[in-house]
Amino acid sequence: MNRINKLFAEKGNNILSVYFTAGYPRLNDTVEVIKQLSAHGVDMIEIGVPFSDPLADGPVIQNSSQVALKNGMSQKLLFEQLKDIRKVTDIPLILMGYINPVLQFGFEKFCQKAQEVGIDGFIIPDLPMNEYLQEFKPIADKYGMENILLITPETPEERIRLIDTHSNGFIYMVSSASTTGVQSSFAASKEAYFERIKAMKLKNPTLIGFGISNKQTFDSACNHSGGGIIGSAFVKALEENDSVVKAVEALISKLKN
Amino acid sequence: MSFSVDENGYYGRFGGAYVPEILQKNFESLRVQYLDIMNDPEFQREFHSLLRDYVGRPSPLYLAKRLSEAVGAKVYLKREDLNHTGAHKINNTVGQILMAKRMGKTRILAETGAGQHGVATATVCALMNMECIVYMGETDVKRQYLNVQKMRMLGATVVPVTSGNKTLKDATNEAFRDWCNHPTDTFYIIGSVVGAHPYPDMVAKFQSVISEEIKKQLMEHEGRDYPDYLFACVGGGSNAAGTFYHYLDDDRVKLVEAEAAGLGVDSGESAATIHLGSEGVLHGSRTLLMQTEDGQVIEPYSLSAGLDYPGIGPIHAHLAKTGRAEVLAITDDEAVKAAFELTQLEGIIPALESSHALAALHKVKFKPTDIVVLTVSGRGDKDMPTYLEYFDKK
Repeated sequence: MNRINKLFAEKGNNILSVYFTAGYPRLNDTVEVIKQLSAHGVDMIEIGVPFSDPLADGPVIQNSSQVALKNGMSQKLLFEQLKDIRKVTDIPLILMGYINPVLQFGFEKFCQKAQEVGIDGFIIPDLPMNEYLQEFKPIADKYGMENILLITPETPEERIRLIDTHSNGFIYMVSSASTTGVQSSFAASKEAYFERIKAMKLKNPTLIGFGISNKQTFDSACNHSGGGIIGSAFVKALEENDSVVKAVEALISKLKN
Repeated sequence: MSFSVDENGYYGRFGGAYVPEILQKNFESLRVQYLDIMNDPEFQREFHSLLRDYVGRPSPLYLAKRLSEAVGAKVYLKREDLNHTGAHKINNTVGQILMAKRMGKTRILAETGAGQHGVATATVCALMNMECIVYMGETDVKRQYLNVQKMRMLGATVVPVTSGNKTLKDATNEAFRDWCNHPTDTFYIIGSVVGAHPYPDMVAKFQSVISEEIKKQLMEHEGRDYPDYLFACVGGGSNAAGTFYHYLDDDRVKLVEAEAAGLGVDSGESAATIHLGSEGVLHGSRTLLMQTEDGQVIEPYSLSAGLDYPGIGPIHAHLAKTGRAEVLAITDDEAVKAAFELTQLEGIIPALESSHALAALHKVKFKPTDIVVLTVSGRGDKDMPTYLEYFDKK
């Protein structure tokens, strides 16, 4: 059983997944960030691969991507940094990035390298299901890479069913019609959307992401799905604290109080 | 070989729809509806009457006698510079605002570089009484003061974009992000044959009025409805797509595209996407783009803001890779020189973008009997400061 399925089978709810941009704030922070998140009880980590034109991201992750690129981060360097990562942690690790850098690296080589270093799957927000199924899925399957697909409040039910059919791992439920970024609370309309999805009884578990930044939003995500994904709020914490460990502590305490 | 888009939105290997899930529904509903809406006789009637009475079409096809002598072929100019708002851009915005209305959208987005597409969008929004938000790189806002003021006078909100390099590419990113935040009530009027399917095909079809008219007008002038050569400049490639559209499958017609070499193709300061680009995905379609070996998009350079884009419409990637079109890279200097040449020979001050196509005339060896049609995509008013600076230097 792969690590993602194992996590959902064993824990099932209140899962905390955290995103960070590789190479931010300093080029060589990548392993330290993974180590500290893992040590502080985070269940799953999304390692962001920076891109010059991150269409689906808000200002916080845009900025971290730009800084990471200036620092010299690349797909190639990231795999080098991650080569011994399985000595550091055993929680699921997912790569998250845009399709263009992956294509330049070579999709098959990307999957092969990811498998080598112990990555469990990837999220590519601008690789929609249709394009994925036609060209990329057979290669990803060959290397045991889970492609995590997204659903949003705009996704029609029929398409959600299709996404469920083609997913194995979990479904990333985008909380609202937006780019990534911090929201302080979830409006009632969102809760209705969360309930609508819950009532569909999908075969895959879901995690809610986008706009989760504090106890209130995280608890709401946990009540309506398997747990929550935090991105911008942690990247902001990395920006505001002078060490990785302080940033992780700040994030954890925000989720508790 | 086919040069039309296939049902999945591809031109050969190029095209497709690489869009985030939040926008899937919008692209999907546009994809299933756009052809039906465009083919509806009532839509066609409304579109063509606006093109005639509001835009001022058909635009003239003018035999440029003195330029012909200088070039050594019979050169006709397709005068898109005489359209309302001064460029071909308005053909597309008229079409797309009607499309937005049909789809029940009330809020309009656009990106703009030099401001021509922004002005053309703000214009049709004023006409249709629709809210208009134009994203424009902060650098371009400063460079194109007059167009910014025009858009404001037309009632549009101009949002200066401070992300990335603060130019056209970043304005496009920001317009997409706005759409992600407002997927239900908003329509994004993309200004060129770029973006995810069905935009490249839809924009090409709205611009195809150019080649439709060329056919009729050439028949009147020459007794035949095709030229030996078609010339157009390419940034994203919308005026070129419109100029070529009805001739794509006509092998008698040679297609020539002029892209911006900036200070020179190999100078490191260039926007010659087809010469320098490799296959990748930008703004929703697989195409040729200028990028590093790590797949990061390179900021292009051209004196002409309208050609200053690191990607290219997927149709042009396909035309270039299959050899259907010949692509010539024109430097800033060559373009400015061609602008002065046309001005002095014919009394027409062309846009800097169109001047790239004009400069390309001197790079092709013609027979004296060859019939050439070149699209003057826009007028040079917006480029006067640039032209004068060059003039003063000489």
